[in-house]
Amino acid sequence: MIEIKNLIKSFEDKTVLNGITATFETGKTNLIIGQSGSGKTVLMKSLVGLIKPDSGEILFDGRNLLTMTSEEIKELRKEIGMLFQGSALFDSETVLGNVMFPLIMFTKMSQKEMLERALFCIKRVNLEGAENKYPSEISGGMQKRAAIARAIALNPKYLFCDEPNSGLDPKTSILIDDLLSDITHEYGITTVINTHDMNSVLGIGENIIFINKGYREWVGDMSKIYNSGNKALDDFVFATELFQQVRKYVALHGRIERPTTDK
Amino acid sequence: MILTSSIATFGRYMLFMRKVLSIPDKWKVFFKRTVSEISQLGVASIPLVLVISVFIGAVIAIQMQLNISSPLIPAYSVGLATRDIVLLEFSNSILCLILAGKVGSNIASEIGTMRVTEQIDALEIMGVNSANFLVLPKVVAFVFFMPILVILCIGTSLVGGYLVALLTDIITVSRYIYGLQALFSEWYVWYGLIKSLVFAYIIASVASFYGYYVKGGALEVGSASTNGVVASSILILFFDVLLTKLLLQ
Repeated sequence: MIEIKNLIKSFEDKTVLNGITATFETGKTNLIIGQSGSGKTVLMKSLVGLIKPDSGEILFDGRNLLTMTSEEIKELRKEIGMLFQGSALFDSETVLGNVMFPLIMFTKMSQKEMLERALFCIKRVNLEGAENKYPSEISGGMQKRAAIARAIALNPKYLFCDEPNSGLDPKTSILIDDLLSDITHEYGITTVINTHDMNSVLGIGENIIFINKGYREWVGDMSKIYNSGNKALDDFVFATELFQQVRKYVALHGRIERPTTDK
Repeated sequence: MILTSSIATFGRYMLFMRKVLSIPDKWKVFFKRTVSEISQLGVASIPLVLVISVFIGAVIAIQMQLNISSPLIPAYSVGLATRDIVLLEFSNSILCLILAGKVGSNIASEIGTMRVTEQIDALEIMGVNSANFLVLPKVVAFVFFMPILVILCIGTSLVGGYLVALLTDIITVSRYIYGLQALFSEWYVWYGLIKSLVFAYIIASVASFYGYYVKGGALEVGSASTNGVVASSILILFFDVLLTKLLLQ
């Protein structure tokens, strides 16, 4: 579990995070949502230690990131996996090389054990056959899956995903969402997803934190989002005619079935 | 304004190099990457060095003949002057200025692209010292391989002059070869090698520094590459004067 308490971050005279407090639960897909410029990327970067907040606490199962020594942070990072918006795969390495990279750097496994673990992760994300391809030779969706395989190679306790669906078609987006959700439940990971993709919000949002103008405006799950009573959230989530219709449908029928994907 | 900006940049460079010059996380990975960089930065530069050297060696020999032909100056002086110009300046300073363009832009654009595509952030989040992981192998590989490039350059340049003697009638081969051996000072070779080590360090570290701190996209990567080449070229010229004063006087 990750807890953030009264997190404040300013850039020059602009306060981007205004005392945010939230909890990201273990074994759940925790979503940070909000408009562009709302502060969700700064929040995500603060969580992974790329930005140092001005004040507050970030507790990884009770361990405060902001008071850790550099050695303690280094150890904590071994428990963190991250999926970047652009995948951030190493261009000079194949898919297999990318997935093996954290194993080579941080484990004392034999070559055989590393290979077995890497191939297991590649199989888990349904990328068999692409092991020896370079990132430039595979599609955006496959790159995302390779990045997920790399992120889970070390069995992380915490998985951070920055806009995992950006640049993907709707079908591939659902596939990535489902994969993240499955992995989260399967391995009991604390997954934090930064997104403004409404399909993800309504499909896998088990714990949703809505950020607006640097403030935490609303917390809930996907079943409660239809009747949140928060105007800013309603304006954001149900901004399009399509999602307004979805809301009406849910009000009438209680729930909506997600399309299934061929994994 | 320019002074404060330069001091700030120098400070950032020193902090960057402190991160670079730390102990690698995994020696095995470091050695593997260093070998790979030797191939990419050093071995891949050999064709360029050979082509430039043979032509410049020939041009120096021809120009020496044109400029110092006099009944008062012995004919073998062409070989002697060609050798000394190659040993003292061309094989190290000029060669490194050329390599600053080729290798420097390669390093800055590679690291800059890794920065803008979040590959460096990915390394940092994994807990890898990205500056050390990416840059130290490049610096070590280039500094290690530079003397080999310098020696190849010296040899090929002198062959270029030899070809002029062989294929034209402006100087005889025997006088050219006699000139190459006349009044030879071994220190000139060491002087050139010492300078080249410093220049190789400047090229690899300065280009890496500019690539590492890129912010933005493709345009900024291009600018960083250009800035890296310009800064390393100026530093090479500055240290050329400094080292010449220190080592030859």
